[in-house]
Amino acid sequence: MSDAREPVTGIEAPVYLQYQFTAGRAPSRFLSALKQGRLTGQRCPGCSQVYIPPRGACPACGIATEEEVTLSNKATVQSFTIVYIPIPGNPIKPPYIVANLVPDGANISFIHLLSECVNEEVHIGQRVEAVWKPEAEWDYKMDNILYYKPLEEPDVPVEMIGKLGVDGLEGKQS
Amino acid sequence: MSVQARDIAIVAFHQSDCQASAGATNEVELIMPEIRAVMDQVGLRNAQDVDFVCSGSCDYLQGAAFAFVAGVDALGAVPPIRESHVEMDAAWALYESVLKIRMGHADSALIYGFAKSSPGELPIVLSQQLDPYYLAPLWVDTVSLAALQARLMLDAGKITEADMAAVVSRSRHNAMNNPHAQLAGEVSVESLLAQQHFVSPLRRHDCCPVSDGASAMIIATVEQAKAWGKPYAILRGIDHRIESHNLCTRDLTESPSTRRAAEAAGVADGAVDVAELYAPFSHQEIILSRALGLGEGTSVNPSGGVLAGNLMMASGLSRVGEVFQRIVSGEARRGVAHATSGPCLQHNLVAVVEAA
Repeated sequence: MSDAREPVTGIEAPVYLQYQFTAGRAPSRFLSALKQGRLTGQRCPGCSQVYIPPRGACPACGIATEEEVTLSNKATVQSFTIVYIPIPGNPIKPPYIVANLVPDGANISFIHLLSECVNEEVHIGQRVEAVWKPEAEWDYKMDNILYYKPLEEPDVPVEMIGKLGVDGLEGKQS
Repeated sequence: MSVQARDIAIVAFHQSDCQASAGATNEVELIMPEIRAVMDQVGLRNAQDVDFVCSGSCDYLQGAAFAFVAGVDALGAVPPIRESHVEMDAAWALYESVLKIRMGHADSALIYGFAKSSPGELPIVLSQQLDPYYLAPLWVDTVSLAALQARLMLDAGKITEADMAAVVSRSRHNAMNNPHAQLAGEVSVESLLAQQHFVSPLRRHDCCPVSDGASAMIIATVEQAKAWGKPYAILRGIDHRIESHNLCTRDLTESPSTRRAAEAAGVADGAVDVAELYAPFSHQEIILSRALGLGEGTSVNPSGGVLAGNLMMASGLSRVGEVFQRIVSGEARRGVAHATSGPCLQHNLVAVVEAA
């Protein structure tokens, strides 16, 4: 009975809650296009910025983004990091690159992997292109794109990153 | 030190429909139309045109971590705005905004609450707001706790099951004039009593439905409201009180916290034409009416109340909004709005709204 005097320092009370989660109307349109092998954004009718992934609103203006915009498979590196430590549960072997990428035609970056590259040579402004999985494996998932790989194209000047039209540096500015 | 109490004007309010399920709609998509509606009522562009923004919501309801942060996308927060959030009903976001204005830190505020309760099992989700050592591990759901409370009321002779059914019958009837209601219609007390028990002594209709939706409000100093040139009502008093988390130490057949809040808010200082009470269960409307001292002259829950549709985290704000709308329309001169939180009416807020 001596343990009865031991202070209770904790109890176990696991919490399990079940949800039918939905992404939202705008994200659902994004995911549906992704399943068809298309990267899409949505344009704000106020400030004309194109957002990816779209959430349904322009966070700057607070208005709905209804217009769907098909984006390029080409993108520009806005920022990156080289991951050297193994992340529990992550099957990718370090060192690998996680980058902020702005696809041509969009004005905001999203995060994806960069591969088929020399890690030490990755730099801001670098041009990259999406490497998609085989079509048979496409689902409502961002990893339909396995990773991005470098392109043999001139770098984008820093002040131009996030401002390219869907046709890239050569095309019209968005 | 004395600070001149600044009168607060309620200037705009809008609530979405109460839907059993908003489907794929996310929080931004739920909030945006309500923000737009109140902005348009006042003639404002977006959140840049008010001094302060405060929201009420609970991420547990939809099971999406930081949904309340994602919700800020609906505001137009570039350049940055002054913004706050309560993990409570937006009636408490209103309370925070009132304090902000009274202290002179803002002249106007946008308040909104949103709820997407349908993705989870709401009564079970809410069991996790109970004390974490004794009650939460038992998973006691909110309907069961309310049933314990109703049983105490019945056995003490404080209500009858017919009284409870009468509350539901009136709610369904009143809700026929509420375009946003989820449940409305003519139902007799006899037909309600003929239904079988759900969690005894509660029948299904004694419990509010689970609803998805949002509501929003704009308040300001009276000077600012006059400058906007829109009709407004005066928020004359607002107070909130909480009882112990230990249900066994409370007299569940009464609501002393509501009574105290009502005294502090000045409910008894004049006639109450209309009262909107946040009573998720039929018997609780009776407890609240008594605690507030409401008599024959008061129209209780003319919107149908939350038995007709319950937007968790927005329904409290909506009660204030419903009273505001009736005062601005000239239907009432003075009204009381009530919001609740926690099991068995644990935490209660009372607001008095008057014609300007």
